[in-house]
Amino acid sequence: MFGMVATSVMRRTADIAQQRRWIVGGGVVVIGLLCLWFFAVQVPADVVSSYRFTGGGDPVQLPVLDLPTRLTNLALALVLVLVGAFHAARGIKNSAVLFGIGALLVLLIFLTWSIRGASLNLTGLLESTLIRSIPFLLGALSGILCERSGIINIAIEGMMLTAAFVSVIVAAFTGSLWLGLAAGIGSGALIAGVHAVFSIRFKVDQIISGTVINIFATGITNFLNLRWLTVNQDLNDSGTFTKIPIPLLSQIPVVGTILFNQIILVYVALALMFVVNFVLFQTRWGLRTRAVGEHPKAADTLGVDVFKIRYINVIIGGMLAALGGCFLTLGSVGRFDKLMTNGRGFIALAAMIFGNWNPFGAFGASLLFGFMDSLQLKLQILTSVIPSEFLLMAPYLATMVVLAGVVGRVRPPAAEGTPYEKQ
Amino acid sequence: MPPILELRGITKRFPGVLANDHIDLTLNQGEIHALLGENGAGKTTLMNVLYGLYHPDEGEIIVRGKPIKITGPRDAIAQGIGMVHQHFMLIPVFTVTENVMLGDESITNGIVLDRKKVAREIRELSTRYGLEVNPDLYIKDLSVGIQQRVEIIKLLYRKADILILDEPTAVLTPQEVDDLFQVLRNLKEHGNSIIFITHKLREVLALADRITVLRLGKVIGTTEPSKTNSAELARMMVGRSVILSVEKAPAKPQGVVLKVENLVVRDERHNIAVNDVSFEVRAGEVLGIAGVQGNGQTELVQALTGLRRVESGRVTILGHDTTHATPRQLFELDVAHVPEDRQQDGLVLNFPVEDNLVLNEYYRPPFAKGIVMNFEAIERAAAERVQEFDVRTPSIFVKTANLSGGNQQKVIVAREFSGPIKLLIASQPTRGLDVGSIEYIHKRIIEKRDEGTAVLLVSNELDEIMSLSDRIAVMFKGKIIDTVNAEETTKEALGLLMAGVHGEEQSVTPPSMTPEEKALMQNGIA
Amino acid sequence: MAEATAKSISKPVKAPAPVGAWRDILNTLTIPVLSIFTALIVSGFIIAFTAPEVLTLLPNFWEHPLDLIATMWHTVTTAYAALLQGAFGDWGAILRGVQTWVATGNETDFLRAARDPFESLVAATPYIFAGLAVAVGFKGGLFNIGGEGQLFAGAIGSAWVGINISGLPWFIHLPLALGAGLLAGAIWGGIAGFLKATRGVNEVINTIMLNYIMFLFTDFLLSERGPMRGSAGAPRTPEIYPSAYLPHLLPDPVRFHWGFFIALGAVFFIYWFLWKTTIGFEIRTVGASPTAAKYAGIAVGRIFVLTMALSGSLAGMAGANELLGLNHYMVAAFSPGYGFDAIALALLGKSNPFGVLAAALLFGTLRNGATRMQSIASVPVDIISVMQALIIAFIAAPEIVRWIYRLRAPAQKEREVFARGWGG
Repeated sequence: MFGMVATSVMRRTADIAQQRRWIVGGGVVVIGLLCLWFFAVQVPADVVSSYRFTGGGDPVQLPVLDLPTRLTNLALALVLVLVGAFHAARGIKNSAVLFGIGALLVLLIFLTWSIRGASLNLTGLLESTLIRSIPFLLGALSGILCERSGIINIAIEGMMLTAAFVSVIVAAFTGSLWLGLAAGIGSGALIAGVHAVFSIRFKVDQIISGTVINIFATGITNFLNLRWLTVNQDLNDSGTFTKIPIPLLSQIPVVGTILFNQIILVYVALALMFVVNFVLFQTRWGLRTRAVGEHPKAADTLGVDVFKIRYINVIIGGMLAALGGCFLTLGSVGRFDKLMTNGRGFIALAAMIFGNWNPFGAFGASLLFGFMDSLQLKLQILTSVIPSEFLLMAPYLATMVVLAGVVGRVRPPAAEGTPYEKQ
Repeated sequence: MPPILELRGITKRFPGVLANDHIDLTLNQGEIHALLGENGAGKTTLMNVLYGLYHPDEGEIIVRGKPIKITGPRDAIAQGIGMVHQHFMLIPVFTVTENVMLGDESITNGIVLDRKKVAREIRELSTRYGLEVNPDLYIKDLSVGIQQRVEIIKLLYRKADILILDEPTAVLTPQEVDDLFQVLRNLKEHGNSIIFITHKLREVLALADRITVLRLGKVIGTTEPSKTNSAELARMMVGRSVILSVEKAPAKPQGVVLKVENLVVRDERHNIAVNDVSFEVRAGEVLGIAGVQGNGQTELVQALTGLRRVESGRVTILGHDTTHATPRQLFELDVAHVPEDRQQDGLVLNFPVEDNLVLNEYYRPPFAKGIVMNFEAIERAAAERVQEFDVRTPSIFVKTANLSGGNQQKVIVAREFSGPIKLLIASQPTRGLDVGSIEYIHKRIIEKRDEGTAVLLVSNELDEIMSLSDRIAVMFKGKIIDTVNAEETTKEALGLLMAGVHGEEQSVTPPSMTPEEKALMQNGIA
Repeated sequence: MAEATAKSISKPVKAPAPVGAWRDILNTLTIPVLSIFTALIVSGFIIAFTAPEVLTLLPNFWEHPLDLIATMWHTVTTAYAALLQGAFGDWGAILRGVQTWVATGNETDFLRAARDPFESLVAATPYIFAGLAVAVGFKGGLFNIGGEGQLFAGAIGSAWVGINISGLPWFIHLPLALGAGLLAGAIWGGIAGFLKATRGVNEVINTIMLNYIMFLFTDFLLSERGPMRGSAGAPRTPEIYPSAYLPHLLPDPVRFHWGFFIALGAVFFIYWFLWKTTIGFEIRTVGASPTAAKYAGIAVGRIFVLTMALSGSLAGMAGANELLGLNHYMVAAFSPGYGFDAIALALLGKSNPFGVLAAALLFGTLRNGATRMQSIASVPVDIISVMQALIIAFIAAPEIVRWIYRLRAPAQKEREVFARGWGG
């Protein structure tokens, strides 16, 4: 029924944008009302959600934040409804902003509801979010570089897995974390090189090439894991990077613990986000890369070397994905377990798409997915109505929804997937 | 003065085809040299060799007196050679500035792109050569005529003074063509030398200083406009006397077959492409829709053939309401459609010829019973059709991709023209075909007309429209500006209509910028 | 006007003559056969170079090179011998078993010996289904990487019917369970088809996402408070009723069951369906050129959904088959990656049902043999994945094989490209 009204509105005003605003805004309002009902009204008035802020060695301990669940969620839900109504009436230009605000509010409401009657270490949760988002970010950056130059890369998973394996073995064997890291990144470059050669020189379908690499990586790491690591346990002990607190900044309560007291790889990853963005949009290399991914023929006629750009971007992409893999081992558990990437490479793809092939967007998506990841762990401790598996499905469902064009529009590079033929 | 550019003995082979056969060509400084030939004569190949996109098998290129090896576009650009391709080499999601600077970017501080500097240079070139363009706009928001200007600016930015333009007028209205010619003459006065590829005789005679005619990869001759005429040039292009129009008996129109009322159709980007269009086509007549590509003809045909949604209005075929009919329903009403894009829409190139010959009928008897297909029937019918329509193919089992363009079109014609058809919708039916095939298809269209079929012909080639149509409707910006009888009109009159100029109104300066672009520029976004 | 020309053809030329046909078959077989062969060689090197006994000898290579090579050779031959034995069985033992059976009426020895080769057929069965699934997708122009998820869906569907419905005779219960598996797979695959048809979203990313969603869903169903959890302390469903079993043809330890024949039937059915029916024609046309298909009156969107549903149903059958024929209950780690290996199968078999059958038999044989190779020669089973990856790689880039064996390239190049970006 709402649909019929909307269509006739369209007919009369001939304004698609208006209709979209109504639908999206209306949707947000509905979600807000649902939150209002389930997460506010249904909660007894005396229940309290406690947010703790304990982390690392905070010089200043922030007080515990005891929020009355019902009131807090009531307020948040009302804000959500207002945002939705505002969008329907006036429209918020930037759909990313709208989505960000909406997601944030829903998450806050859900979180507050989940910990009703219990307490949650928010700092811990946020820190865990950041840490879990790093592999996604690195994988997404890898995907962005490759795809922006026109090469689809679904082998991020395989590159991560291989790098994880190689980094552990080399680090354990040589006793040096840095050598392990270098070896891991090198393996990523090598695999990416294979993908590049297959896709560019042999013009193999890029999905097939990526799938081959994934199957190969799974097979060889499992194979070698069984052959070597289960026999020589000391080869499977690499040690991990230690946290490096940034002087002064790491003393800031909450934010300091989260952002400024991490291992070097976290800092590198965040820096890379800025670097990749800068390179893509402000440098010659980036312009040519994007041109090659949109319309390689046009670039070719202007003397740009399409193949060279694709090769280099893919190989650097491989190195980034490998860095993500090394993070899982050298930056985390210090050993290799079979199939330890567990689909993160594909979530990274989702983050890339969700972020519209943009480093900052991808980071936002990575944070979101990292949050879902962290949350489902915490929620296993706090009882929750939604089984953790469904929370874990969030990144996948979100990607499908975004791709279906229901929320916002994403636009992949126009020429991706098609091998470039020079006559 | 020695020629600024010389091609000697250029030969280029592709598998199965000798595209350029020992071609000699000279270009003098400050001249406009037309390279004339019909589709497939080898003109684009030759220019691609010059620009470094192909490597010649034999021959040399001499630029400003020195023999040069051109291995790629970079070398050509370094020699001052620039090319505007038939299909624009522009990136829709980049701005004008970004497209122009790609490959030759200005840098500040060693790494950062300097968009402002390039924009300044673009504005300067813009004014100097009369190529008005706003550097900050995105290509996807620009009209085709403006995009062409960007392409030319790309060349000038790189200081090219040998300019190659490949079929630049294919997408322009007659008035835009005049604008372009003015720009080219302007460039000539500034000392540039221009090679201009086309298959249109009129343009060649109007613009060129010298004309070289290619046919089947060989140079037939070089001449000057003052020393030749259309008929002579046509004969050189085709190799025999060509009757430039089809002989046909006057039409005997009967009942209305197709009736279109107030049709509104939107395009891919949700803009209105067909804006309240109404017309009728009767049995036994040919209604030609004339107009420059991009004025809604494609969307109109798609809407009539069930390939695009109709927003409002009505389409009736012999009394049946077909406004929202599917292609299959239309087929069952004996409507035939020869599509604009024969390789994408009209054929499945990877399938054998026999499959393509029954592509719209495979699902019903005699070719299928229930869901089981009857292959003997298909083979028989395919063989008959190949015979009747003179399709040159080694067998009906070869992949359709292996046939020449003309024969591929004949496959489509053979399929569509078999059986009693009441309405024929033909869209660009002879695009890119050799003259023999063009004549054949024209002949069959007139034949169908005389058998009583109603024919709706959509074409960008004015000659084709004028030659085949009994009545001509001109589309401009989604509307039918006027409908005239073919005998009572002239090319010039049609040209004006195609540019949107109605009967009595005639503006002194034809519009070269859309009002939106003018407004953007005036509002200081320039 | 037009020049007078000879008639183009007077009679339709018959399909190519027999001699030409044999040459064509040989040509088509060359690359796949050489790819498999080369993959075996490369895998052999990997097996040899990673063997602990070889690695210990490595530092002394220059002093005792022959020792190293001999050890390598020994490692590889032992491994491959075990592979062959696991795959095809020990025919000496089989013959002796037959003799014993004939002599004494006791078939135990025979069955024990015959287990291996029959097990290859058992292992091949899910590959046949999964390979057909991907092949059908390819024929329709769709890349179905979601075979794994659809397989799980099929297993769950058939498990649910097998566990929760009782009191039915086998000739109703079994088809019902199979049907449930088929339907579940069809629905799960159909989702991606539907999204492609309505929103233009590329099925590759959607099927990947759906895979993970299904894995997580399965985890949920089998989790501690999950709805399909059995009473045992392990994450698995209860056993299905015997009336839903796919019957075995021979007694234990041979596990050969009817699923193999159903798979064979599927091969023939798919061949008939795709090449002899109008719907099959439509699927292939959409796969070859969606634009031309639309113009020809085919409802392209509907065909996308149908193709993905058909593909999904076949993958679902793979899951149902394994469940109803072998374990009779479902676990979380249900499949060793049949869905992904199936891509190799479809490519190897050139998306032709009979090619897929041959490839599936090969892969099943290899995988079966690999279990023996792991137990006898301590070579981890995962080498098969490596082998499969190599096979796909060599087939997808035939230039490599041609270069290695100095072969000439054929005149035409047929290159199928599936990836066209993600859509959306």
